[in-house]
Amino acid sequence: MIQRHWKAFGLSLAGVLGFTTAILVLAGAPPLEAYYHLLKGSLGSLNKTGAVLTAWIPLTLCAVGLLYTFRIGLWNIGVEGQMIMGAIFATAVLRWGVESRVPLLYLAAAFPAAALGGGLWAIGAGILKTKGEVHEIFAGLGLNFVAQGILLYLIFGPWKRPGVASMSGTEVFPTDLRLSFLPGLRFSPAGLILAVIALLLTAWMFRHSRFGLVLKAAGSNPIATLLFGERPNRYMLLAMLLAGGFAGIAGCVQVSGVYHRLIPSISSNYGYLALLVVMLSNYNVFVVPVVAFFFTCLNVGSIQLPMMLRIDSSLAGVIQGAWVLVALAAIAWHRRKVRPEKEH
Amino acid sequence: MSGLEWILLLSGVVSGATPILLATLGETLTEKAGFVNLSLDGTVLLSAMVAFMVAFETQNAILGFLAACLVGALVAAVVVLFSLWLGQSQVAVGFVLTLTTRDLAYFLGNPYTRLHGPQFSTFPIPFLSDIPVLGPIFFHHNWMVYAGLALIGFCWAYIYRTPMGLRLRAVGESPKASFARGDNPAKLQWVYALAGGVLVGAAGAAFSLCVKPGWGRPQGAEGTGWIALALVIFGGWHPVRAAAGAYLFSLLQVLGIYFQGWIPSVPAQVFQVAPFPLMILTLLIIAYARKTATQEAARRRLWMKSFLDFFSGTAPSALGKPYRLESF
Repeated sequence: MIQRHWKAFGLSLAGVLGFTTAILVLAGAPPLEAYYHLLKGSLGSLNKTGAVLTAWIPLTLCAVGLLYTFRIGLWNIGVEGQMIMGAIFATAVLRWGVESRVPLLYLAAAFPAAALGGGLWAIGAGILKTKGEVHEIFAGLGLNFVAQGILLYLIFGPWKRPGVASMSGTEVFPTDLRLSFLPGLRFSPAGLILAVIALLLTAWMFRHSRFGLVLKAAGSNPIATLLFGERPNRYMLLAMLLAGGFAGIAGCVQVSGVYHRLIPSISSNYGYLALLVVMLSNYNVFVVPVVAFFFTCLNVGSIQLPMMLRIDSSLAGVIQGAWVLVALAAIAWHRRKVRPEKEH
Repeated sequence: MSGLEWILLLSGVVSGATPILLATLGETLTEKAGFVNLSLDGTVLLSAMVAFMVAFETQNAILGFLAACLVGALVAAVVVLFSLWLGQSQVAVGFVLTLTTRDLAYFLGNPYTRLHGPQFSTFPIPFLSDIPVLGPIFFHHNWMVYAGLALIGFCWAYIYRTPMGLRLRAVGESPKASFARGDNPAKLQWVYALAGGVLVGAAGAAFSLCVKPGWGRPQGAEGTGWIALALVIFGGWHPVRAAAGAYLFSLLQVLGIYFQGWIPSVPAQVFQVAPFPLMILTLLIIAYARKTATQEAARRRLWMKSFLDFFSGTAPSALGKPYRLESF
């Protein structure tokens, strides 16, 4: 099984390299140099690696949350909005904490508040699905845009900086309301610890808890689950709550540990990217951090491409997307070959 | 606002709606056949970029338009290939493609940023454009706007008034019945996914060659595909209602710019969110209208019935469920 996965992984990597090289040649850029800059720009120095880890934290948190919803068979496309809502709730709490005597308390409270915000937003999509029969893709997608609208309204309206409202976001929080950086690095260890805890907790839940088992059962056979005395709908909502909660925490990390304010692009597309991470990881909790690491390396490494080679940094997204497509094709091809009789 | 300003505003609504209208009609056609192409948002961008690139290199807007249509069809072909041939989820593949094609557009389009290229010029229709009020609103545009308007009627007539349209609806409602009737469901889905893709590609061209000429990052077409997907649902999978949704959205967009003058603290982007709550509301109403209790209640209240009739519409029953023959 593992061997088969590695074979598919290697095959898809080769396919992706071929595709990317072709694209680079098409754009008139030297492929080898581009790969070199991608590598050097992400792992070339301690500072760059710090940037990679900074991006890895929210991406992994979102991806971990998605594992729950995918396990029960829900396509939670709304992570992006859930992350935004988390960031908004966190900002609200942190704003109360400005000029308070106990800033640490507010900083600590921002995380559960963010989890609540993201969770509630996800539950919204979940209830639309279970009670209103609205497909979770459209509910989640719609709520993403609504969250984006609320975010913009807050930044330009009630939460604007005194005098000026701009795309640069709200006023910056004082130092004692931020997650502290490691000395010499722009990277906060608190977020990293949270992400690792989320990973371990999820791995344990899926492997050893009844909850993890029922999620999977409800995902593959809701009627049988109902007959065993469990309510699939309730588990759907619970999975959504968890996914939204993790996404909300990711939003809080972005606000308190990266940007130190609320900005229009606070989610940095991590919600959508996390869906790709989980798909490429084949929904495996142990592969998720590895793929998330590769993806963030690409994202961070591509930042200097425009300067070095005069090509657009969106190359990272092209590689990521092509990689997932090739992997999907490889998996499907394999399935066809192994058990063609099961297809129908 | 004076009368002249209103006419200008409405004329802007009609031309501004064209890309969304084309994308919405294309996706309606695809979804009528039971196929979901979720890659719209990226496809519109990629085809907009290709349209401008080809038009710029050849100095010929028509060639750019054709290239964009081809790109739209190609992306749709990838979704169909993965879904019908490899058995992967349409939603998953469409979603991955939406992100990938967007980034591909930004990447390949980089050298063409902020250049001045050819675009479709205004071609007032003789006589018709002289009609007061209606003339300047509807008949003083470029040919893509006229094509979009004509396409609404064409799509409606094709889907509801021709034998081909009947077979199209059949495959979306029940591929099994369609197969039993002698049609090849997979083949029909191929055809309508590609046709829808061509229209989505045309929507991209409508951006970069008419509405927002040129290319850049951001281009200004971002989000169009998602809005079109929302409008297909808002329109209850009916081309005319979907088109009405496209114009309504365009009106909101233009009004948003006007409103911004009154309430400067609210950015125009906030108004652009409008189609999405409407989409969710429509889906909710569709679900509730189907319940017998609701139908009972509506029978006694005329306003409720007309409200439900206005908002509800039924999705093709087999939407998103690929039909694969046993012998595959």
